[in-house]
Amino acid sequence: MTSRRLETGGRGIDRVRPISFTFEGLPYRGFEGDTLASALLANGVDVVCASPILGRARGVFSGGVEEPCAFVEVTAPRFEPIMPATAVRLVDGLVAVGRPGVGRLPADDAGAPAADHRHLHVETIVIGGGIAGLRSAVDAARNGDRVLLVDERHWLGGTATADDRVDDEPAPAWIEAAAGELADAPEARVLTEATALGVYDDGYVVVYERSVPMARVWHVRAGRVVVAAGAHERPIAFADDDRPGTMLASSARLYADRFGVLPGTRAVVFTTNHSGHEAGIALAIAGLEIAAIVDVGEAGPVSERARARGVDVRNGWAVTGTDGEPRVSAVHAAGPGGATASFQADLLLVAGGWNPAVQLWRGINGGLRYDDALACFLPDGTGPRWLEIAGAAAGEGLPTVTPFWFTPAEDLSRHFVDLQRDSTVADVLDAVSRDLRSTEHVKRQTYIGTAIDQGRTSGVLTAAIVNQAWGAGPGAQGPTNARPPYTPVPYSVLAGRDRGPTLLDPVRTTPIHPWHVAHGAVFENVGQWKRPWYFPAGGAEDLHAAVARECLAVRRTAGVMDASTLGKIELTGPDVATFLDRIYTNRMSTLAVGSIRYGFMLGLDGMVFDDGVAMRLADDRYLITTTTGGAAKVMDHVEEWLQTEWPDLRMYATSVTEQWATIAINGPEAREVLAALGTDIDVAAGAFPFMTWRDGEVAGMAARVARVSFSGELAYEINVPGHYALAMWEAVMAAGAPLGLTPYGTEAMHVLRAEKGYVIVGQDTDGTVTPHDLGMSWIVRKDDSDFIGKRSLRRPDTVRPDRKQLVGLLPIEGDRWIPEGAQLVAPADADATPPVPMLGFVTSSYRSPILERTFALAMVKGGRDLIGSTIVAATTDDPIEAEVTAPVFYDPEGTRRDG
Amino acid sequence: MLLIPCPWCGPRDEIEFRYGGQAHVAYPADPSALTDAEWADYLFMRDNPKGEWSERWMHAAGCRRWFNAVRSTVTHEIRGSYRIGEEPPA
Repeated sequence: MTSRRLETGGRGIDRVRPISFTFEGLPYRGFEGDTLASALLANGVDVVCASPILGRARGVFSGGVEEPCAFVEVTAPRFEPIMPATAVRLVDGLVAVGRPGVGRLPADDAGAPAADHRHLHVETIVIGGGIAGLRSAVDAARNGDRVLLVDERHWLGGTATADDRVDDEPAPAWIEAAAGELADAPEARVLTEATALGVYDDGYVVVYERSVPMARVWHVRAGRVVVAAGAHERPIAFADDDRPGTMLASSARLYADRFGVLPGTRAVVFTTNHSGHEAGIALAIAGLEIAAIVDVGEAGPVSERARARGVDVRNGWAVTGTDGEPRVSAVHAAGPGGATASFQADLLLVAGGWNPAVQLWRGINGGLRYDDALACFLPDGTGPRWLEIAGAAAGEGLPTVTPFWFTPAEDLSRHFVDLQRDSTVADVLDAVSRDLRSTEHVKRQTYIGTAIDQGRTSGVLTAAIVNQAWGAGPGAQGPTNARPPYTPVPYSVLAGRDRGPTLLDPVRTTPIHPWHVAHGAVFENVGQWKRPWYFPAGGAEDLHAAVARECLAVRRTAGVMDASTLGKIELTGPDVATFLDRIYTNRMSTLAVGSIRYGFMLGLDGMVFDDGVAMRLADDRYLITTTTGGAAKVMDHVEEWLQTEWPDLRMYATSVTEQWATIAINGPEAREVLAALGTDIDVAAGAFPFMTWRDGEVAGMAARVARVSFSGELAYEINVPGHYALAMWEAVMAAGAPLGLTPYGTEAMHVLRAEKGYVIVGQDTDGTVTPHDLGMSWIVRKDDSDFIGKRSLRRPDTVRPDRKQLVGLLPIEGDRWIPEGAQLVAPADADATPPVPMLGFVTSSYRSPILERTFALAMVKGGRDLIGSTIVAATTDDPIEAEVTAPVFYDPEGTRRDG
Repeated sequence: MLLIPCPWCGPRDEIEFRYGGQAHVAYPADPSALTDAEWADYLFMRDNPKGEWSERWMHAAGCRRWFNAVRSTVTHEIRGSYRIGEEPPA
């Protein structure tokens, strides 16, 4: 391989610090300061990867994140599935391979980079560390601002070359001075290899910093955001414009100036503006032979300057195509009057004009306008107050362009527009011929702009071709909108340390949890809570056997469960009773102190929102319970109505879910268990009736005992402060052991409640179910007073007779179990070809140990009128026939709850 | 991410807040007196202006207070916030 590194020069590399790296399995050398792309060019690596769809050879095309060709997978030192080689900083031991199109993730995520997240508040953030960005940052620092300057590259100064002058100083000296001033400013911070992924409302910027051993994501809130992201040179489409050795002219100049690399020996420049000439002249000075400058425009001072150097300048000409195997070896051009010419060259430098990097500006609603002279889209000054744009991103210093988008030809199928999608001018015109007018639609037909580079080189070009094809003026519509992230970022980086079982989402456990663990409970997740699902006897019992045993214990002797996860809210104040009447369907104000009432809360739409009991603790104090998963939303609901509609009510609400633990003893022997614990509460049925509570001492601890039942059996719920819960639970287990007290989990609880037809909000309801649909009209009070959702219960849709209603199902074959969610159809439709009318679906389905058969709850259209008839669960291959019944299967008279 | 001026706590990140939709949609004094159409209008229909409107927010991860803010649906700019019962900023 040829070395294309110049003997001298390359102000961005450190020649005394060589770097070894591996590409496609071969060892190479580069220097500190190189990018992978500059090192590959220096080593004469022409082909980096194949193109993703057509498999055409592709090499380095650009010098930055606009790169549409040279994609690699970096396997070491830090895995990156796909990156443009132009954006990979060369480090010792780097290993990379070409990777066309899409990256491949490893089977495990061990290689996924972790990241820290940091928050920062500044007066000014400047995105882009070129000349304009440095100037903005220095000005802000002098103003006393806290300043953050970020740049995606590993150097400051952007694409400024040694030939450029800033404030009458050579650019390198100016850059060094500015960087030094920022380094000395106490409140300024400069991050390199740090990409602003997106700019969001109110000056919020997310920055991905890669230059630290552990990547960082910065969450920046800035008073002022200055976008100084520069401009990207764009290509021109012609036949075989993707051949290795074809490169953006300014990028070739960057490689020579910064890295001391000449990416070829003899070049043709194809330009629409004077920047192409300037690049050609600079590269000629650096030692590149210039075969010709092909300029679509008329002669001007700069083309004369080139001509004066002896360069063959062809004004009014255009490049028509290239030859090469695969690297460019010849460039063909055509001129006025049918003239043609071919040039021997191994490099084709394209200068199609400039696209200001307005992606971040536009992403937060910065406005754009088309500029005819510069033939590009510029910020029009509209946008958020705090957003500014500076330098080339605002069009400063960009050359006047002779608009020229593609070289006309019969065959446009090798005029590549989006090189990363292998999409051509022919593809764009094909989309237009299908009557697609919007660039957003053309994008979706051609995939242009959907690749990693988000169309940085292809977007404006595509828009121009579409505009031209429709006969619209240039700029009639612009490129498709680029969205964050500005360049790709691994999900693992965004997740940061918030991963794994504990940090991704909190895990909540009850104070009794250690006992459950010690006794081999199998857990299920209920919201964020871990709840015992069942307790396998001896550790080996399966779910089915354990649940049957637990259920029968509750029905025949006694069981105990940890109900501490139930949401609990204490409401205090003189107006609490009034408030509760407004949020529950039944009347809570008439509840006597010491009593308990079950109630529904509805949404404004009349649909069941949550359920639970209210315990009146005092005239002005209630404790209400919510479903385990509904605690937070009920608390929000209470606070919302109190604060926004009824601020006149004198009361407040406090969440006490974790302050109280609840131990529920259910079963015919429950009273004996409570008595055996030792209590000063009179547990006689007459003294302590159903739906009342008593404060007292239980097992030597202060406790509140409530007679509520979710199993239909005699039940006592012992409530104690969280710190006493484990001691109380252990006391209960000790006292109950001689009586056969059995711990049970949520699965048995579900079976037991379903046998009684007790619904679970969120399982048997789904936000479209009223109390009447559930057959629970008794819970809705009939007087004139209002409650939330009441008016909706009279809406025409809510009183339709064919609404889905809760019913029970008993499979005809009592050993067949209907899957929950199964759709229900009429028997006549069971064997018909779908679609057939759906009558409803199964919400809960279990095997009942006490009934020795399967049963289910279901929501069925007009279901109550179907009781006694047969319905079919349309399971995949073998439909299950079931009798429609009332939704109470066990002890319908309710005689068991008093023991 | 919006920077929302909680009238009790000051400016805070949007993730600390819960959104509450259009402000000043009062619960009717007597819902039972409303026709089905009137009730449906209250229940389902909200303004959808292009430009400024008043909307409700709750500082869920802060003081947990509901308040109102005047925000542009075009620019997302929040011109000001005010407590429940107060008038919108002029």
